Amino acid sequence: MTHAARKRGSQVARRDLQFALLTLALLAAVVWAFPGFASPDNLAALLDDTAILVMLALGQMLVILVRGIDLSVAANLALCGMLAALFNRAFPELGVLPVLALTLAAGGLLGALNGILVWKLRLPPIVVTLGTMSVYRGVIYLLSGGEWVNDNEMSPAFVAFTRAEFLGLTSLSWLALICAVAFMLLLRRLPLARNFYAAGGNPEAAAYSGIDAGRMQFLAYVVCGAIAGLAGYLWVARFAVAYTDIALGFELQVIAACLIGGVAIGGGVGSALGVVLGCLFLGIIRNSLPLVGISAFWQMFINGMVILAAVLLSARQQRQPRTTTLEVARD
Amino acid sequence: MISAAAKSWESMLTLVFALGFVLFSLTSPYFLSVDTLSDATFNFTERAIVALPLALLIIAGEIDISVAGIIALASVAMGLAAEQGAGTGTVVAAGLGTGLAAGCINGALVTLGRVPAIVATIGTMTLFRGAAYAVLGDRVLKNYPDGFAIFGQGYLVGPVSIELALFVVLAVAAALFLHGSRWGRVVYAIGANPVATRFAGIAVDRYRFALFALTGLASGLAAVLLTSRLGSTRPSIAQGWELEIISIVILGGVSVWGGKGSILGVVLAALVFGLVTFGLGLMNIPGIVMSIFTGALLILVVAVPALVQRK
Repeated sequence: MTHAARKRGSQVARRDLQFALLTLALLAAVVWAFPGFASPDNLAALLDDTAILVMLALGQMLVILVRGIDLSVAANLALCGMLAALFNRAFPELGVLPVLALTLAAGGLLGALNGILVWKLRLPPIVVTLGTMSVYRGVIYLLSGGEWVNDNEMSPAFVAFTRAEFLGLTSLSWLALICAVAFMLLLRRLPLARNFYAAGGNPEAAAYSGIDAGRMQFLAYVVCGAIAGLAGYLWVARFAVAYTDIALGFELQVIAACLIGGVAIGGGVGSALGVVLGCLFLGIIRNSLPLVGISAFWQMFINGMVILAAVLLSARQQRQPRTTTLEVARD
Repeated sequence: MISAAAKSWESMLTLVFALGFVLFSLTSPYFLSVDTLSDATFNFTERAIVALPLALLIIAGEIDISVAGIIALASVAMGLAAEQGAGTGTVVAAGLGTGLAAGCINGALVTLGRVPAIVATIGTMTLFRGAAYAVLGDRVLKNYPDGFAIFGQGYLVGPVSIELALFVVLAVAAALFLHGSRWGRVVYAIGANPVATRFAGIAVDRYRFALFALTGLASGLAAVLLTSRLGSTRPSIAQGWELEIISIVILGGVSVWGGKGSILGVVLAALVFGLVTFGLGLMNIPGIVMSIFTGALLILVVAVPALVQRK
């Protein structure tokens, strides 16, 4: 590891620590005002409420690390959620396992479509995923004919899966925890996973050491898509309804969680811990708003303020001359 | 300034427009009438008015995703002014002023705050739309003064709406600015190589700021027209428009990497967009299915030149 990379690594670790303290301070402030917030039940509910965001944000982080962006995650989620609901309606006796496999595969394929366009045709990620975002949404309508799939059309096992509890946490929370731990360990230890940082941090240097940056982008999109597909089933099962517009605009919350968590939009910088903290930060705010007596309509505004504060702070910290970033981003 | 490739792109858009026009006239008996075509222009005029300065911004290598959020916030500002009993002039000024202020915030974040444009405007998009929701909640504002309806519902002469006339004037102004003035050449230069442009002694950030402010102002104007046409404001007004407006710009041949594009291309793209959405509507195809078409078109538009270049 070069000196610069080591230095950057310690900067990220320091930022994660600061942000963890800030998140704890926020939690402490809410608990101080509303002691009930700290009850185990409430914290478990908070985790359950944030779980899908955590999973999606981890996938999105991978894409942003390699200088991409995936605006189609929420549409992918909704499409795979509808697929899961329709599949379950047609074959309710098959149980949950085939649904999990189906959504992972379908989501991965949708992600691969993004990835292949970015990798092989070198198309700008923002244009590609803006396009697939509206295509995927439209396909949901074609699949469902614009109809809703309600809970009475879902098999009991299909709905029960996300709500099953183990050691006081829902299976949804466990899945998010497993994802988080896996990302933290793999991104540090697995050589292939470390290549994501290399490909995003400096594609030319990565190419000289035998890493195909385009292929890493492709892989990132596939992983991000597969997670979004799985999250589609989880979302539909958790809310027990599937329709064309579920999770509309959720991609922005996912990207926001990444930005707040310290992932740099220019690629190569970010940590799984930071992203999880970013999600929890947003989750604590959302869950404490009703307690403070602020209408849920303020949620989006507050998210906007948090995003801007986070990106302004990180722009100030990095203080790279902006021209270099532009030069690198351009070739 | 317009290269051969851009010219062929523009002739292709013209061809697509002509083909679509013939196709829709043949398939729908209602299509080919002056009244229908006049109505159809409302499908793109408001979006296209924002697409013009956004094209300049993208040519300069930046982007603004918050335009629809600005429209919502400006519309809420107008609704609140109207609720206080303001006259038409004040209501319009509230819309334009809010748009301009929002654009300045974007410009300041990018130039002073040194935040990449995409990140900054994802933030402000959430902030502006969020502010609209925070202020209105589930309320609807519709006590607009009587004279206010003219902007979005009035006609200048015969079938030519005020919106359409305004768009034509602004398109000509944008074309003169980009293709006929010194400032236009600087916009291309910034998009092609901002570092070299700064070394050439040009205050790059001042241009960037001005373009963001201009895009905000145009969004405010679009808010005036849209609100006047609908006669009401909800916080969800113009939801998803950022996608459609950016699609028009890119369909017009403007490169997302900056440095390339023409106003003629953007105008043609707006016409194609308006024609396609209106024609599909005539054929009773729901809006959500149209989004498959617009999304695929957006990707095709960038994929085809990339495929050609690979060979």
